[in-house]
Amino acid sequence: MQLALDTRTAAVGGPLRRLSSLLYRKPNLYLSLLLVPPLLWFGAIYLGSLLALLWQGFYTFDDFTMAVTPELTLANLGALFQPANYDIILRTLGMAVAVSLAAGLLAFPIAYYMARYTRGKTKAFFYIAVMLPMWASYIVKAYAWTLLLAKGGVAQWFVDHLGLAPLLQLVLGIPGIGGSTLSTSHLGRFLVFVYIWLPFMILPIQASLERLPPNLLQASADLGARPAQTFRQVILPLSIPGIAAGSIFTFSLTLGDFIVPQLVGPPGYFIGSMVYAQQGAIGNLPMAAAFTLVPIVLIAIYLSIVKRLGAFDAL
Amino acid sequence: MHSERASWGLRLAAWGGLVFLHFPILIIFLYAFNTEDAAFSFPPKGFTLKWFSVAFARQDVLDAIGLSLQIACLATLIAMILGTLAAAALYRRDFFGKEGISLMLILPIALPGIVTGLALLAAFKSLGIEPGVLTIVIGHATFCVVIVYNNVIARLRRTSHSLIEASMDLGADGWQTFRYIILPNLGSALLAGGMLAFALSFDEIIVTTFTAGHERTLPLWLLNQLSRPRDVPVTNVVAMLVMLVTMLPILGAYYLTRGGEGVAGSGK
Repeated sequence: MQLALDTRTAAVGGPLRRLSSLLYRKPNLYLSLLLVPPLLWFGAIYLGSLLALLWQGFYTFDDFTMAVTPELTLANLGALFQPANYDIILRTLGMAVAVSLAAGLLAFPIAYYMARYTRGKTKAFFYIAVMLPMWASYIVKAYAWTLLLAKGGVAQWFVDHLGLAPLLQLVLGIPGIGGSTLSTSHLGRFLVFVYIWLPFMILPIQASLERLPPNLLQASADLGARPAQTFRQVILPLSIPGIAAGSIFTFSLTLGDFIVPQLVGPPGYFIGSMVYAQQGAIGNLPMAAAFTLVPIVLIAIYLSIVKRLGAFDAL
Repeated sequence: MHSERASWGLRLAAWGGLVFLHFPILIIFLYAFNTEDAAFSFPPKGFTLKWFSVAFARQDVLDAIGLSLQIACLATLIAMILGTLAAAALYRRDFFGKEGISLMLILPIALPGIVTGLALLAAFKSLGIEPGVLTIVIGHATFCVVIVYNNVIARLRRTSHSLIEASMDLGADGWQTFRYIILPNLGSALLAGGMLAFALSFDEIIVTTFTAGHERTLPLWLLNQLSRPRDVPVTNVVAMLVMLVTMLPILGAYYLTRGGEGVAGSGK
């Protein structure tokens, strides 16, 4: 006992001990010490950069001298509504919506099976099997698809051996979807996008289905609902927040991508490739900055819609 | 409820979905060993290890790997420090602006990469900073913080605060409490967050495109390779390596954080 007291009094005198007592007694000091480094980093570097970007969107770009002058103008924002740029925005938006819908349709059965019919080791296996492709290198996944879709590649081998060639030609002939080959068609680009963002849709849906209380389903069955009715009127409505949460990822990630449109699909800019081209080859940083406002605004609108669907509770 | 069997259609859709998710990855592993120069033909004609030695004899490949490793290590280190500090500050107390801070941490991965990339580029340009290794690290660290933060805060929420109070009551100073109580509890979550941040940084391409200047990280090298059909076998080997480097950390992180419900003191 005496020994314990001795070490204790000795510890009180130590500078570390005094510091930790001080921090314990003054939680606000402790809190601000913890918060200063991350706040400095994010405040100065990240928010500062975002403000610099927005500010640059109002600078003037001289088409003849190719120089940027700090005279403020609304011309860049106005230029977004020119038909050519408007087309780019609509094309990207259309793809983002289509990809989100398709990813939702593909993801739901996987998530549903994971949540309701797997347990223990199988559930862990499914979880890892979805996480692995999600984290596997993005650029390599995109590259894999250029191999798959290339002329004489894997996709063509399967199409030929399954006798689906005429069907593929028919689909590729549809205007707005097709193209001359699979790797230069909208369909090919759509497939790659759906593949790359699919795991981001599966996991939120699975999480929302996992939270579904089983006795709700029993109650529904007890009250005389057929399985299909239970699915439509109980399971589906309660999984909407998960679907909405997943669609935030698929929508936002498709909207800002410029690598996949560059590698697969027909020519024609996406928002991302336009931003990249404007700042790089053309050197028109103000126009590029104005273009980045488009995905920011679209995502803000999208978030306000899915927030009503309860997406934020399912994240 | 769980005793009932899934219908054939559902089972097919679920397992088929998994096959769809893994097939392109298998293709990458398959083609890395392909004997042909132009590796587009399927099925492959034969298998060889020769492209591995060819790839590792190329100075540009080694340089890109070295640069990416260096950047990922630095970015992960910064992210681990900042993410842990932010998690320690935010996990217990409510204060004014807490929601705003957590939103700010998520913003770099919630907004498209082009926004973050162009914003950093605009800021570096107006400050006269030449893009290079430093600017890439700054970009990567910024979006990696939230990965570490999420892992650490989840663990902190499961750890009982009374353990820390008990340690202090028993006479430990701040460092001892940190070393013997907080760190062992946090360790695996911190490691998992760090591994995921490393994988994310190693593979990042969109933000990097804007902040890299003349530097060429491994993903940028790969993207550049895609317009050079002559180098396909070397590209395939590097693609497989990048795939491995990004996939192994997720397995590690999974084993480190699973069964976290059993953390000491969680039954408060």
